[in-house]
Amino acid sequence: STAFVQWVGEKTPISDTSYVGIDAILEQMRRKAMKQGFEFNVMVVGQSGLGKSTLMNTLFKSKVSRKSVQPNVEERIPKTVEIKSVSHDVEEKGVRMKLTVIDTPGFGDQINNENCWQPIMKFINDQYESYLQEEININRKKRIPDSRVHCCIYFIPPTGHCLRPLDVEFMRHLSKVVNIVPVIAKADTLTLEERDSFKKTIREELRANGIDVYPQKEFDEDAEDRMINDKIREMTPFAVVGSDQEYQVNGKRILGRKTKWGTIEVENIAHCEFAYLRDLLIRTHMQNIKDITCSIHYETYRVRRLNESNILFTSNPPDHPAVQPKANGQPEEQPATPQPNGVAAQHEALSHEM
Amino acid sequence: TKWEFWEIKQAFEKQYVGFATLPNQVHRKSVKKGFDFTLMVAGESGMGKSTLVNSLFLTDLYKDRKLLNAEERINQTVEIIKHTVDIEEKGVKLKLTIVDTPGFGDAVNNNECWKPITDYIDQQFEQYFRDESGLNRKNIQDNRVHCCLYFIPPFGHGLRPVDVEFMKALHEKVNIIPLIAKADCLTPNEIKKLKDRIREEIDKFGIKVYQFPECDSDEDEEFKQLDKELKECTPFAVIGSNTVVEARGQRVRGRLYPWGIVEVENQSHCDFVKLRNMLIRSHMHDLKDVTCDVHYENYRAQCIQEMTRYVRNESDNRMESPIPILPLSTPDVDTEKLIKMKDEELKRMQEMLNKMQQQMHDKEQ
Repeated sequence: STAFVQWVGEKTPISDTSYVGIDAILEQMRRKAMKQGFEFNVMVVGQSGLGKSTLMNTLFKSKVSRKSVQPNVEERIPKTVEIKSVSHDVEEKGVRMKLTVIDTPGFGDQINNENCWQPIMKFINDQYESYLQEEININRKKRIPDSRVHCCIYFIPPTGHCLRPLDVEFMRHLSKVVNIVPVIAKADTLTLEERDSFKKTIREELRANGIDVYPQKEFDEDAEDRMINDKIREMTPFAVVGSDQEYQVNGKRILGRKTKWGTIEVENIAHCEFAYLRDLLIRTHMQNIKDITCSIHYETYRVRRLNESNILFTSNPPDHPAVQPKANGQPEEQPATPQPNGVAAQHEALSHEM
Repeated sequence: TKWEFWEIKQAFEKQYVGFATLPNQVHRKSVKKGFDFTLMVAGESGMGKSTLVNSLFLTDLYKDRKLLNAEERINQTVEIIKHTVDIEEKGVKLKLTIVDTPGFGDAVNNNECWKPITDYIDQQFEQYFRDESGLNRKNIQDNRVHCCLYFIPPFGHGLRPVDVEFMKALHEKVNIIPLIAKADCLTPNEIKKLKDRIREEIDKFGIKVYQFPECDSDEDEEFKQLDKELKECTPFAVIGSNTVVEARGQRVRGRLYPWGIVEVENQSHCDFVKLRNMLIRSHMHDLKDVTCDVHYENYRAQCIQEMTRYVRNESDNRMESPIPILPLSTPDVDTEKLIKMKDEELKRMQEMLNKMQQQMHDKEQ
């Protein structure tokens, strides 16, 4: 090969003033994200009349709740817990988002509310299941549609005393599979002292029952995260008031509730903690909420499903029946001993028949 | 009036929910995590691959390299060597891996010299596939090759057979960006002719090189113009340099000849800047996306099909499946029965055919 003259100039040091430009990748990512848009799926759970729909409308400053979409449907309490999803495409400053609000009418409204959390648990697991199915598909979609529940807002009635057994049951079961953000609903019936003592009691009861609500301490990534999240954990559950009515207060138009003794300003942190909830859910932690759902809750579900399916085609006697596990893989229905299944076992059964 | 303006401002603020911060939230997370990128360079020795990599990333990855002489190269096979370097700029961290392929095309007989390279790429896909299908997916390392710069010598008249065969062996496994190496030995006319010729031959031989994605219709005119120029300029004719020279009163990366100074970053001298901008500043993310969404998915789909075919045929073997095949995606018992019946039938027919052929053969004897 030709000998090229190597010049005895300086070798350029790594810390040259020239610039490679790798930070431009952030801009590339941003453009792609803006083009693709985001998804966010939030579930609301609580007895009827606690202001769930109003709160959703207040949070997203538009009529996103199920009731707003079907305004003429007569309000009646369903006999069982129903799961109703409503999706909206919203846009703000060029950022597009598909927001899905999942309502759970009938929860806690029956005379006997035993196991009313189960349909909700099943729904959440079903979303994990359909994501998993798409993920293991041979020809899977480039961007798997994400219907997984990112966040479940649980509405605690403002009794001022303590959590009810139903609250504890629900949160104990569901905090293992989804991010729960508990809120004290209709908090305008509590004075500030009552609110603080109620919150303290709730936090203590959550701790005593081993219930980890969002943001969970074990998922803090670093010291910076821990510092920010500790502050949030000291404030949960947020005492909220919702409203889609506007009033004029001190020359400003605000969202609020007007009573004879004064107007409650929803976004005024001296009045209620709605703004903190909004900031947490939307402005600062939305991405983190989704990340925890994807990388922890979903992964936990996936591991359990893979273990249940018993992927190893082991050498079992031919008269062992091939069993199909349940579609939603609820832990309560797991078979006592692992069964071989899959194609090999079925072939085995067939050849035995033939 | 002042009050009207205030009301309008209020109206805007009132409508602000705040999810417009989402890109920033994602941004923040990415900056914390950092990025990675794996770049392969392939081409004969002496094409200036190492120099170009150093020029692109302003590093000195090859300080301790020892070049082999001709005798030492006789028995050399194609190797795969990885260099990793962490680069940080404006708070953004990039873990850059350069995959070198010394020995490629250097032997007397270069038959299938690309095999170690395709094997390497496949191995990275396979590793990722196993990791992705495994139980613990927390810290998956992505070693998949995102881009391959292929260096075409400037001395010829277009693509040589080894260039065609190499690119065809790799074009469905990795994003190939062909480059005209050491372009400072060509005049502008010669470069143009060579580029045209190479583009023609790429078309003729059905080689699928990396395609820049289409511009959005809502981009500004300047961007669209730049994009058009980029596309018309391929394959990029590049020059690299490890040294700094003085040219036009400035210190620049370049090559000093008695007849003049070649400046690497001078766009009228070569396409280095275009390559760097495309590779790093505008298309790095897309290169990764195409690797994940197209090349890797193809590999994965093929892998799964082969495995399920194998499982179906070897019904009396026991085998460990490295990926989860959930029973819900397998056909039901009846379909399985049918498939088995059809297989038996086919086997019987094949046996009859063989018998008939044998009889005919015997008759002829």
